[in-house]
This record gives sequence, C-alpha cells and structure tokens, in this order.
Amino acid sequence: MNGFPILSVILFAPVAGALLLVFIPPAEHKLIKAVAATATFVSLALTVYAYAVYDQAVGGLQFVERVPWIKDLGVTYFLGVDGISLPMLLLIAIIGFTAIFASWNVNMRPREFFILFLTLVTGVMGTFVSMDLFIFLLFYEVVVIPIYIMVVIWGSTKRVTKEYAGMKLTIYLLVGSAFLLVAVIAVFIQALLITGKPDFSIYGLARVAFPLGFQRWTFAFMLFGFGSLLSMWPFHSWSPDGYAGAPTAVSMVHAGVLKKIGGYGLIRIALLILPGGAAYWAPTIAVLGVAGAAYAAFGALAQKDLKYIVGYSSVSHMGYVLLGIASLNVIGINGAVANMFAHGIMAALFFSTIGFVYEKTHTRWVPDLGGLFQQMPRVGVAFVLAGLASLGLPGLISFVPEFTIFLGSFGRYGGLSVVAIATIIITALFVLRAVANTLYGPRREEYDHLTDIRGPEMVPLAVLGTVLVVGGLVPSLLFNMINSGVTPLVASVTHTLRIGGVL
Amino acid sequence: MYHAWLVPLLPALSFAVISLLTKQWKWLSATISIGAMVSGFIIAAFIAVGVLQHPGLINHPLVYSLRWLSMPGFKVDAGILLDPLSAMMLFMVTLVASLIQIYSLGYMRGEKGFSVFFAYMSLFGASMLLLVAASNLLELFVAWEGVGVCSYMLIGFYNHKISAREAAKKAFVTTRIGDTGLLLGLLSLQLIFGTLNIADLAQKIPQFQNIPLLITVAVLFFLGPVGKSGQFPLHVWLPDAMEGPTPVSALIHAATMVVAGVYLVGRMLFMFASVPPVMELVAWVGGFTAIFAASIAITQREIKRILAYSTISQIGYMMLGLGVGSLSAGFFHLWTHAFFKALMFLGAGSVLIGLHHKADVWEMGGLIKKMPITAVTFVVGGLAISGIPPFAGFWSKGDILDATLASGHTVLFVIGSFTAFLTAFYIWRMIFLCFFGKENPENHPQESPLVMTIPLMILALFSTVAGLIGTPWWDVWGRYIHFGTYVPPVANWPLMIGDTLLGALGIYAAYLFYCKDREKTKALAARQWFGGRLYDVLYHKYYLDELYMWFNHSMVDGVARLMYLFDIYVVDGIVNGVGAFTVAAGEGLRVFQTGRLQNYALVFFLGVLAVGVLLAFTGPHATLFLGGVR
Repeated sequence: MNGFPILSVILFAPVAGALLLVFIPPAEHKLIKAVAATATFVSLALTVYAYAVYDQAVGGLQFVERVPWIKDLGVTYFLGVDGISLPMLLLIAIIGFTAIFASWNVNMRPREFFILFLTLVTGVMGTFVSMDLFIFLLFYEVVVIPIYIMVVIWGSTKRVTKEYAGMKLTIYLLVGSAFLLVAVIAVFIQALLITGKPDFSIYGLARVAFPLGFQRWTFAFMLFGFGSLLSMWPFHSWSPDGYAGAPTAVSMVHAGVLKKIGGYGLIRIALLILPGGAAYWAPTIAVLGVAGAAYAAFGALAQKDLKYIVGYSSVSHMGYVLLGIASLNVIGINGAVANMFAHGIMAALFFSTIGFVYEKTHTRWVPDLGGLFQQMPRVGVAFVLAGLASLGLPGLISFVPEFTIFLGSFGRYGGLSVVAIATIIITALFVLRAVANTLYGPRREEYDHLTDIRGPEMVPLAVLGTVLVVGGLVPSLLFNMINSGVTPLVASVTHTLRIGGVL
Repeated sequence: MYHAWLVPLLPALSFAVISLLTKQWKWLSATISIGAMVSGFIIAAFIAVGVLQHPGLINHPLVYSLRWLSMPGFKVDAGILLDPLSAMMLFMVTLVASLIQIYSLGYMRGEKGFSVFFAYMSLFGASMLLLVAASNLLELFVAWEGVGVCSYMLIGFYNHKISAREAAKKAFVTTRIGDTGLLLGLLSLQLIFGTLNIADLAQKIPQFQNIPLLITVAVLFFLGPVGKSGQFPLHVWLPDAMEGPTPVSALIHAATMVVAGVYLVGRMLFMFASVPPVMELVAWVGGFTAIFAASIAITQREIKRILAYSTISQIGYMMLGLGVGSLSAGFFHLWTHAFFKALMFLGAGSVLIGLHHKADVWEMGGLIKKMPITAVTFVVGGLAISGIPPFAGFWSKGDILDATLASGHTVLFVIGSFTAFLTAFYIWRMIFLCFFGKENPENHPQESPLVMTIPLMILALFSTVAGLIGTPWWDVWGRYIHFGTYVPPVANWPLMIGDTLLGALGIYAAYLFYCKDREKTKALAARQWFGGRLYDVLYHKYYLDELYMWFNHSMVDGVARLMYLFDIYVVDGIVNGVGAFTVAAGEGLRVFQTGRLQNYALVFFLGVLAVGVLLAFTGPHATLFLGGVR
C-alpha cells in the first residue's frame, strides 16, 4: 500500500459519509444509519489494517503524509502515527463505529444527528494523527461545535438542564483550548526566536532546547488546558454533568476518547516538547491525579443516577492516567496510555448499555430500577462486563494498565500510589452496588414488557465486549504497540533532562 | 506432564462454548462441562503418577511458560509450574469438581439457569486450576480474581433474592480489601526483585537482607489469603456465601477456592519462612480463627451456616500448620478437608432437597430412616472432621497439632486441641439433630437419586482412606510435600490417643445434649442457654457484621456524601461563580461600547501610540511579532 494515503482516508471517511448524508432525504432513517455505519466501518477496517501492519521493530512515525500548507508559519498538513497514537486512533475508530449502533433508535432528526456525529469523529481522529500543532488545534476546535449542538438538541435534562450541561461542557473545552492556544503560540514564537525558522511540527519543536523558566509556565498552561480536558481534579465538574446531559453516542465518544486527547496531549505534546516543565510539575500532577481518583470514587458512591456514577468513575480513572504520566518512566507512561485505551472501551460499553436501559425504562434513577437481569439478560451481561472491567478485574482489559501505572509510580510516589490502590476498594463498592441495585433483586412487573437488546443493538456489546476480554487475556497486543512508541519518547525526554541538568 | 496446560484450558473452552453456543441445550451444556472436568481429572491423575515417579521435582519444579507481557523493566512469563504441591492440587480440584458437577445434575435439575450454572462452574474450574498451576504471581493473581468473580456470580446465582444479592456483593468487596494488600505485595516484590516468577523469587528472597522491608511486604501479601480464605477479621463474607446453590458451597466455599489462600501462603512459604515474625502472625491468625469460628458454629441453626463456620475454623487449622512451619501438615489437612467437607456440604444439599429447603437443624430429626445413604456418608464425614481414627481428619489434624507442639507453640497447641473438642461437639450436634432422634412429623423426606448419592459415597470413601498416605508408618505424603529437609515422622502415641479422646469427648457431649436430652436442651436454648448473654454474642457472631455494616453505611457513605456535596457546592460553586462573574463583567464592559465614533478613535490612537513606544524600546525581536511576519 505504498503511497496510499491511508491516514487521510481513515480521517475523512466519516466526513465523506456526512457529505453523502446531506443528499439523503431526512425520512430515510434506515439508509441514513446504514451510511453512517459504513463510513465509520471504513475507518475502523483501515485502522485495524494499519495497526496490524505497523512495523513495531522500526517504530517511529509511519504512514506519514506531508503537504506544506502555510509556508510562512511553518504549518504542514503532517499526518503520521506511532505506537502512542495508533491505539488512540483505533479507540476512536472502534467507538465511532459502535456508537452508531448505540444510536440506532435515534428517530428525532437522525440525519442532522449523524452528520454532526460523523464530523465529531473526524475531529477526534484528526487530533491523534496530526503531527503539526496548528492542525492539531484546528481539529480540536472542530470537535467542540458538534458536541454543543448535540447535547442541547438530543440531550436529556436530569439534575441539571441539558442547556446548562452543554454550555458547561463547551465553555470548559473552550477555556482549556484558550490556555492551550497561548501555550502553543508561546512555544512557536520562542522556538522561532531560538532557531529562526518557523515550525509547527511537534517533533521539530521537541528538538528545541527551551529555557527552563519558559518551560515551567508554558507547561502550566498546557497542563491546565489538557488537564481540564482530561477532567483533572479540580477541573472535572463539567464531566459528570456533561455526560449526563449528552445523548448516548456523545457520552460514548466524549468519555471514551475525547477526554483522552488531554492525556494524549500531555504525553505527546507537553511532555515531549517541554520535558523540563514536566519534571517540575510532575509531583503536582501526581497529587491532583490521586486526589481526583479518590475523590471521584467517593463521589460516584454517592450517586443515584447511572450516568453520574459512570461520569464520576471516569474522573476517577483519569486520576490513574495522570499518576501514570507523572511517573515519567516507561512503565508508568505505558500504563497511562494503555489505561486510556482500556477506559475508553469500558466507558463506551458502559454508556451504550446505560443508553439502552434509559431508552427502554425511561429512567436512569437507580432506586427506580432493579431486577433487570430477568427481563434483559444481554443488557445485564454488558453491564456486568463493563462494571467488572471498571473495577480493574484481572483478565479484563483494564487490570494490566492499572498494574503498570502502580508499578511505574510506586517507586517515585510511594504513599500516593498506596492511596490510589486503596481506591480500587471504593470502586468495587460503587460498581457492585450499581450492578446489584439495577440488575439484581426482585423482578419488577412494570418492566415485564421490555425487550432485550437484539440485532444492531447487539453491536456495541459484541465489539466492545470482545475487545475487553481479548485485551485482558492478551495484553501484549496493546502493550507491545504502546511500548514501541513510549520507549523512544521517554528516552528522548530523559536525554533532554540530563543535558539540561534537571535530573 | 507436558500436557498440564490442558487441565485449565479444557474447562475454559467449555465455558466459552456453553456461554456462546450451547446455552439453549441444557443437557449438552452439562455434558460438555462435566466432560471437560473429567478429562482434566484423567490428565491430572497421569500428572500425579508422573510426579511420584520423579522425586527430583520436589526441589526443582518443572516450569514452562510463554512471554505474556514485556516492556523495559517489567516482564511476565505466564506458564505452568509442576511440583508435588501443584500436582496434588490439580488432582484434588479436578476430582472434587468432577464429583460435584455430577452431583449438580441431580441437585440443579429443573433450575432455570441450568446451563449458566454449568458455564460458571467451568469458568471457576479453569480459574482455580490455573491458580494452582501458575508459574508467575501475576498470572496467579489473574486466576485468583477469576475464582473470586465466579464465586461472586455463583453466590448471586439466585440474584432475584435480596439476601443472595447482598451476600455476593459482600463477598466480593470483603475479599477485595484483602486483595488490595496482596496487590501491594505483588508490586513490592516486582519492584524489589524485578520478577514475579515464583521459581526466581524462591531463589532470590531467602538471600534478601532487608528484613524490615520484607516483613512489610509479607504482611501485605498475607492480607490476600486472609480475605480469600475467610480468616479473621475478613471471614464475614463466607457464611453469607451460603446463599449460593449447595454444590457451589461445597466446591467453591469449602473444598477449593477458599483454600486458595492457604495454597498461596504454602506456595510462598519460602518468603514467609524468611521472616519469622510474619510466620508467628500467620500461626496466630490461623489459631485464633480456628477457635473463634468454632465457638460461633456451636450456636448456629442453619445447616449450611454451621458448615461454613466449620470451614473457616478448619482453614484456620491449615494456616496454623503453615505458620508453625509445616508445609506438610497444613496441606495434608487441606487435602483431607476437601473430601470430608465437600462430602458434608453435598450431604447437607441432599438433606435440603429432601426437606424442600428447610434449613433449621432444630426442625429436623430422625432423617436416617428415610435418607440412609445421606446419613451414613454424613456420619463418615463427621467422624473424619472430629479426628476419630482411622478417618482422614485424624491424621491431618494430628500432624498440625504435632507440628505446633514440636515448634514450641504451647498456647497455640492448647487452643488447637480445645478447638478439636469444639469441632467434634458442633458437628455432632448437627448430626444428632438432623439424622437421629425423633422424626419431625411435618417433614416428608426421601432419599436423593443415585446421581447425587454416588458422589457422596465416593467422597465418603476418600474421607476414610485419604489420610492413610500420611501416617507415621507410611508417609508418602510428607516425602513429597514438605518444606526444607524431610524429617521422617515418629508416632507420637500420647498425642494420638489424646486427640482421639478429645474428639470422642466432643461427640459424647453432643450426644448428651442433643440426642439423649434433646427436648430439655431445646427448652434451654429457647431460654437462652449458656447464660443468656454469651449465647447471644455467639449467635450474633460477636456482632462483627453489625460493626462492619455500621462502618460502611455511616463512615464510607458519609464521606461519599460529603465529597459529593463538596463537589456540587464548592467546586461547582466556584465554576458557576466564575461563569456569573464573566456575565457580570460582560454587563459591566458594555458601558464602554458607547457606539460613539470619537471614543473608538481615541482608544485606537492610544493603541497605536502604545505599539509605537513598544517598538521603540524593544528592538528587532518585537518587529518580528508585530507586523514583521514579512
């Protein structure tokens, strides 16, 4: 496939689908959904192919596409993937595809819904494949608009109104991106001053030796930008409200992938370009990560709305990711990247399942539910599978990532890691409570008429469930790839730090 | 012996096939599940023979493995470790599991989730067999949690019942608390020694000099076995686990899974033995749990609960054996206990079926007339656990007490001996109340079908003879399963006679209270016999459940509510405050948008002035920023 622009095709297949949808009559619901599914399936199939043929022995950026765009600013349409971005790309491809099926029953203006959704998927994909900061920010902004519209139109109002949730989500994203923008421009100009050559490419900027003081404050800006996107405590409060307000597909993509742009950006951009700043802020990141992990686990325990439970739980899981990043070593960062993947799959399965529960019972309020295993055993299986993955059950995908995060951080932040590990007890408590009170218990007659998921509704369970199990039993499928990307990155970071005399 | 990997794999495949394909066809599912387990048993039997022929495996286990995970500084090779210990466990687990699955054909007949039950049983078998054969601690941990989750599913098998649902949750969370300690222990081992391969650790740990660190690691590690094996203070989940179907109680919560903790301590005895204070801890936790649980068992009324406390107590014995340094004795009791306790649980299941799930022993009586096979086999189990020669329990319990005394733990020896008396007493209390005395006219019992009674008979046979391979005169057991150098046993006559007398005394006491003067005792019990308070405390299990419940509901949930209120009022309050401030600022700034051209022109002029000043003072770099992009 030499010369075939595989990444561009992956990237723009959803947009092509969206364009096609424009010409389909709005009443053709089945056809609209089929087109959306096909478009995302093209991306998924090609991503799986890329994942399979990526040469881990060679490593580095592969499937590179490079077209100069704004020469004066050094902006290039520069796509490429390595061991860190490929798993993320695979994640959005999988979740984008399955989210279409989780939205199979959207019958209010489905055409607009899927056009926006496909745009969203492309936006998220773009952030993972672009190796140019300018393009990265461009795609990042593309994401914001569809999300806001989708929450406000297709969302649901519970504790807070969907308008409030949508606004909070959007403003947080925008404020975060404003800080990011400042940091990126500062980095660009500083690099220009040092090298005299305009360059927006991540690897180009990574070669520049920035002064330490400069690194510290720009890293702080990036940390705020990426951190609030990753729902880093205490900038997380958009997350539970946002997920609760959003329609199922948006919750899946948002919790599953979008917030991972934060973690991805911290590793790929902030850490790589500003290693000195990273070393300075790492203890803070670890503290905030563990605080978030523990705090949000307790927060989840106090919830009665299923989406809020998963919302807080995802904040808690991102705390582990931050702890992994803060460890600044190969094992910890491997764990952080793998945990982002694992959590994405699991959160997507969780939100799709809750979506079905809500669609059928018209409630997410746990005290109103119960005994659903008897009427909807498949929903039950999906729920339990997601729950067990969420509490880090060995044999499912999230255990090894968590273990490696703890392993990577234990030596550096002993006490903090112990707190993080102890948190898994609280996680078990709230997950099992949710399972017990939703699925188990006496049969409720008011739900006797419900039908179990079937046909297209089974796709999220089948696809995501398979990934959960296979990823847990054969963790090397994921870890070998991630490791091939993280090892050189950490090597470059430690090298820079040693020269700078920070370590 | 190179086919040992098949033993866990077959049930794993069976699980996959049943849950994905054959769930619709009940008998096919059951056949697949039983077929996988029986094939596993046949392989395990060949492995056992192979191990017996290769005594070299005692000190140099056979290990073969695959690379499971690899990154700089962290490698995991998952595989199979074969030595007499793991071969014995494979043999025992496959044997007991096969028998129990066959029994389940009768017990579970007509249940709604028949196929699901067998799927879970298969998954459990796969995890348990992987656990005992694992060559790496992380692999072992995966299996360890796997058996935990099967236990969770099977306790909650009747999950429409609230009691089953709560029991399942309690089991998982309680064992999770212990597992967190185990996880910390694993992390520490990996960090200190750079490997989790059991064989490598066995080389490295005994040489390790930093004893305080190793003590911390070993104590954390021990928390896992405490939770899994129902040792004090994490034993509270095990009695509630009896909510599951009885074959599950027999297999998982008596014979196999709950002894996983003992297995792990035994497997890692090289670590514990390097830190004597932790060995003391293991011994004392075991000894205390033994007497503690036995004292509770005396007052319980439900047949399966009595057996559950008995299990906790017997596992305490095993821990005691390991804690005083005798791998041989601890595991011998594990081996014999698996047979007689599985036997008694299955017998209890047979009784429950016969009585349509009436579980209170006080409402039974005289069942031996209508259920002779169940009763006779149960009595065999009772003799075995009470330590009456030549039944299996006599030899293994005797070994533990012998080892305790020999290692100089006199107090623990007294505790252990007294527990032996209590054990005989509470088990025979149950036997007399259930099977002897007057029949209860409300009951219409009938003997269970052969598919259930044949496993009972086989287990009764093993409960009788399984101890004979470890007598002072013919000690095959000790020669193969021991820690350190092998010391041939010597017949300790005073101890053997004393043991027997204690057991017999317990049985006689039970006879006096519960057979001879049954009605009088019943009246006494109704009036809170044993001096009111004490009976109450024992009957309510020392109120530990209430204490934990209080902690969970007021402390943990309290903190959770506090955090949540903090989140929506303080964190969100600030966020909304910033939002409100912005809106207000917007309102305020609107004042400047006057719409008058003169004002704008003024501001524009000032701006140009500022730029000019800036240019004048900063030189060429500034030019670059401000208009000089070219």
